[in-house]
Amino acid sequence: MTRAFSEIPAPTVLPDTKAYWEAAGEGRLLIKYCHDCRTYHFYPRSLCPFCFGDSTSWAESGGMGVLYSFSAMSRTEPALVLAFVTLDEGPTMMTNLVDCEVTELRIGQKVRVVYRESESGQPVPMFTPV
Amino acid sequence: MSLDSNVYIVGAYEHPVRKADSISLAQLHADVAKGALADAGLSKNDIDGYFCAGDAPGLGAASMVEYMGLNVRHVDTTESGGSAPILHVSHAAQAIAAGRCSVALITSAGRPRATGATPRLQAPNPDAPDVAFELPFRPATQNLYAMVAKRHMHDHATSSEQLAWIKVAASHHAQHNPYAMLPQVVTVRDVINSPMVSDPLHRLDCCVVSDGGGALIVAKPQIARSLRRPLVKVRAAAEAQKHLNGGRVDLSYSAATFSGREAFDVARLKPSDIKYASLYDSFTITVLMQLEDLGFCARGKGGDFVSDGGLISGVGKLPINTDGGGLCNNHPGNRGGMTKVIEAVRQLRGEAHPAVQVANCDLALANGIGGLLATRHTSGTLILERL
Repeated sequence: MTRAFSEIPAPTVLPDTKAYWEAAGEGRLLIKYCHDCRTYHFYPRSLCPFCFGDSTSWAESGGMGVLYSFSAMSRTEPALVLAFVTLDEGPTMMTNLVDCEVTELRIGQKVRVVYRESESGQPVPMFTPV
Repeated sequence: MSLDSNVYIVGAYEHPVRKADSISLAQLHADVAKGALADAGLSKNDIDGYFCAGDAPGLGAASMVEYMGLNVRHVDTTESGGSAPILHVSHAAQAIAAGRCSVALITSAGRPRATGATPRLQAPNPDAPDVAFELPFRPATQNLYAMVAKRHMHDHATSSEQLAWIKVAASHHAQHNPYAMLPQVVTVRDVINSPMVSDPLHRLDCCVVSDGGGALIVAKPQIARSLRRPLVKVRAAAEAQKHLNGGRVDLSYSAATFSGREAFDVARLKPSDIKYASLYDSFTITVLMQLEDLGFCARGKGGDFVSDGGLISGVGKLPINTDGGGLCNNHPGNRGGMTKVIEAVRQLRGEAHPAVQVANCDLALANGIGGLLATRHTSGTLILERL
């Protein structure tokens, strides 16, 4: 199945990530925190990928971060900008940059989370320059 | 994972087709198997082990074993994307060492051009745990690899001109390959002036999409020595994984860092011992990362290493991909691992095109990155020696 680049594919909500997507619908970005090794991780799992402990819980990210890397696809209008953003809490997540001037984007610049509706209506977290 | 093995690559064959309108996928697998058997001087009944990845149609190995009428007692369907044939050589060596088989056939094939299948934005398995956190952002292959290039440029001031030299080297080699999809020599300027696909990668930074395939035959020493072919020994084989590590993302290296280190340790060799290297060139940046990760140059110095013909046979410090590689020759079924091993075998046998043959080529390396450089992938490293 091939899609147009202008459409945002909807995420499949799985049992262990339901809370993440419900929060996204309320404009909140959740990440997982492990109480055993006291670290955040992303994407969210029930078992911590670092210590494999099972005492993980949801924490709310402040939604602020810096641009780790990005790439703009030329043939899309508006430009589709794929990116990795490193959240202030530590983890780096894949996302899109929106409402930005592509030529002015710089690695290391500050960004904040915004939400865009995917095909199903489920909002997904994207980022925009601060 | 690794093996100081005593097995040999006795057969290697690359299908000449680049657009397989009139050849089915199963037939491509069988055609390359027949070609590799003829190359080795063996017959179908000699094969007692079969190795294939997800590109083989049907029910894993079973469908192809049936189609080709093989009688094997060992199969392996390890899937790691484009690096799978390299892992298959490693696993065949282990299987032979364990007495599971004596003559292993490895096939790889695909026909994305004939079927019009696009490698981008396929609907992936929704049960894959990463999909929901990536698919909405429309990662194609190009923009993922481009993020690695963008970060390398940021960290090391690597330039588009330096990346372009990797394509220029491939084109210098491809001009001597009558089967190459892109046999025209190109310049750094040609690469820079080709349309931007995903910043900073241009169209000519990307490999070709081609149909075709290839096959290898790996055998135990008694059989290898009975054949009238140069002896190509698997001196070391290693594999390694890299991924997004729970969000601790670091695009500054690939899994080749680990598979390469292990292979060199097992072989008790160093990068400067290698006379020729086949490095998976899905994109120019893929080659740059492997050069650094495998230790052919220091971290961050890949741009300098590849410049001014650094990878051109007879000109540069390290000749690579003398068949034209995936950038100019062939990337059958969007999987480049097989052709990497085949050209390394040609070089070690002295059977590469005379214009690109490396003098006294007794040690070669083949490396593949399967999966996606920017997210999760499997690197396979082989060190091969002509005895």
